[in-house]
Amino acid sequence: MPRLLPRFAALCTFVLALCAPDRDAQARDITIDLTDPIVSITTGFTGTDLLLYGAVREPGDLVVVVRGPARDEIVRRKEKVFGVWVNRDELTFDKVPSYYRIASNRPLEEFMNSADADRLQIGLGNLDLRAKVSGKLLPEAPYEFRQGLVRNLQRLGLYMTQPDNVVFLSEQLFRTRLRFPANVSVGTFTIEVYLFQRGALKSTATTLLTVRKFGIEAQVYDLAHRYSLAYGVLAVIIAVVAGWAANAAFRKG
Amino acid sequence: MPIAEMSVNVLLIFAVGGGVGFLSGLFGVGGGFLMTPLLFFIGIPSAVAVATGAPLIVASSISGVLAHWKRGNVDFRMGGFLLVGGVVGSTLGVWVFTLLRGEGHIDLVIRISYVFFLAVIGGLMLTESVRAIMQRKKNQSKRDHSHNWMHGLPFKVRFRTSRLYISALPPLGVGLFVGFLAGIMGVGGGFVMVPAMIYLLGMPTSVVVGTSLFQIIFVSANVTILQSATNQTVDIVLALILLFGGVMGAQFGAKAGAKMQGEQLRGMLALIVLGVCVKLTYDLVLTPSELFTITEIARY
Repeated sequence: MPRLLPRFAALCTFVLALCAPDRDAQARDITIDLTDPIVSITTGFTGTDLLLYGAVREPGDLVVVVRGPARDEIVRRKEKVFGVWVNRDELTFDKVPSYYRIASNRPLEEFMNSADADRLQIGLGNLDLRAKVSGKLLPEAPYEFRQGLVRNLQRLGLYMTQPDNVVFLSEQLFRTRLRFPANVSVGTFTIEVYLFQRGALKSTATTLLTVRKFGIEAQVYDLAHRYSLAYGVLAVIIAVVAGWAANAAFRKG
Repeated sequence: MPIAEMSVNVLLIFAVGGGVGFLSGLFGVGGGFLMTPLLFFIGIPSAVAVATGAPLIVASSISGVLAHWKRGNVDFRMGGFLLVGGVVGSTLGVWVFTLLRGEGHIDLVIRISYVFFLAVIGGLMLTESVRAIMQRKKNQSKRDHSHNWMHGLPFKVRFRTSRLYISALPPLGVGLFVGFLAGIMGVGGGFVMVPAMIYLLGMPTSVVVGTSLFQIIFVSANVTILQSATNQTVDIVLALILLFGGVMGAQFGAKAGAKMQGEQLRGMLALIVLGVCVKLTYDLVLTPSELFTITEIARY
């Protein structure tokens, strides 16, 4: 994995920086950084891995929570009508994180109490997913629909929990590998790191990550959504030219 | 893919294009009605598969019509009437498409339409080719198109290239219907229009293909623009890869087709069409592993 080499180099630099006397870093309970704060989606993007690494001042348990930009999602349930599966009931969920990933150094229930998990929305069951009907939020979303939504996002590789993905290299130094699949949304992602000591929340750190489309991929998408009519006309022109070229190629062949 | 918003194997897409191109070269059909279901099978969202079919059909019809034009096999006046109907029909089709998409039923409607049309076409082709193979040795007496109820309709127009003097209403109606299918199913509609032109309008077979291709170019161009403008579901990158594969495949298909007999070819195509139809039906009836589906509607 030659791509990991520069990351390893970055990690080494970081460790050296930690060893140097820096009053600011000393004051912080948790220090974190990413190998790359920007994920670029280009044509042929098949997903990417990022390394989040950092150090804690005193040893404890760590939880890393990554959230993608919010989306409203319609959840529809299929029912059998005359032998065919048809979408029937539907429910709209308000501001659903498009990406939600939890990593920790050991299973959450071993060091975190359920009140903290609920308050910080850590864990797929604790995520605050609110349904809305004609613009008004419901106090509680129907369980089946909520689970249907979470299952779909899990199957897409956008929601996941990894209770052993935070690796401590020493008592202070840790790292975790963040996986972003090919279908990841563009926008700003928040990464929150929680430090627990003896079952109590000690400290948090936050950083941001940008996912954006880049190159031809971005230009095509942008054109299609912002200048849709022009995009349509352009698509026709391209098709006409391609058809003409194909005809010419046929005649020669 | 920028619009489908998924990562697909370019070689797989290329192979699908090549495969359909091979079949269209082999059988002399447009292939849109096979391309779209195949795109469903590899996981392209139905709405994107249908809309992306349109520019593809523009390209293949252009390359086809040029050859027919040179031989004088395009009835532009007839094409014009079909076209007027087609533009209205396809605009209506895209409008209904957009409506159904908002209600969450577009997937189902597209798939059911495909099941229906593939079953009818596959069935008709199969019976016809079996009959043709059985009767090959008997001589058939061919007669000119018969006069029917259509000839009582008003607004008669003379179509010189087709040597017809008929009402303008049936061509408009055929165009309307085929255009509607183009808007909803992302097909050129040659498989409906060609039989309708021969049996309903009574056009000579020589001008039918060229004229239908001429109409299809403009109707599919209209669908491409409307789908882009209202649904943003035309993926031009996907279309270009499919097209490239299709052009290559069609070359080999045409060569292979020259060595085979017409009835057998049609019989084989019928079986392929029915096979795709059965697979689509199976997917509709099979209990899905996940009853819930999600659709993103707003971004923040």
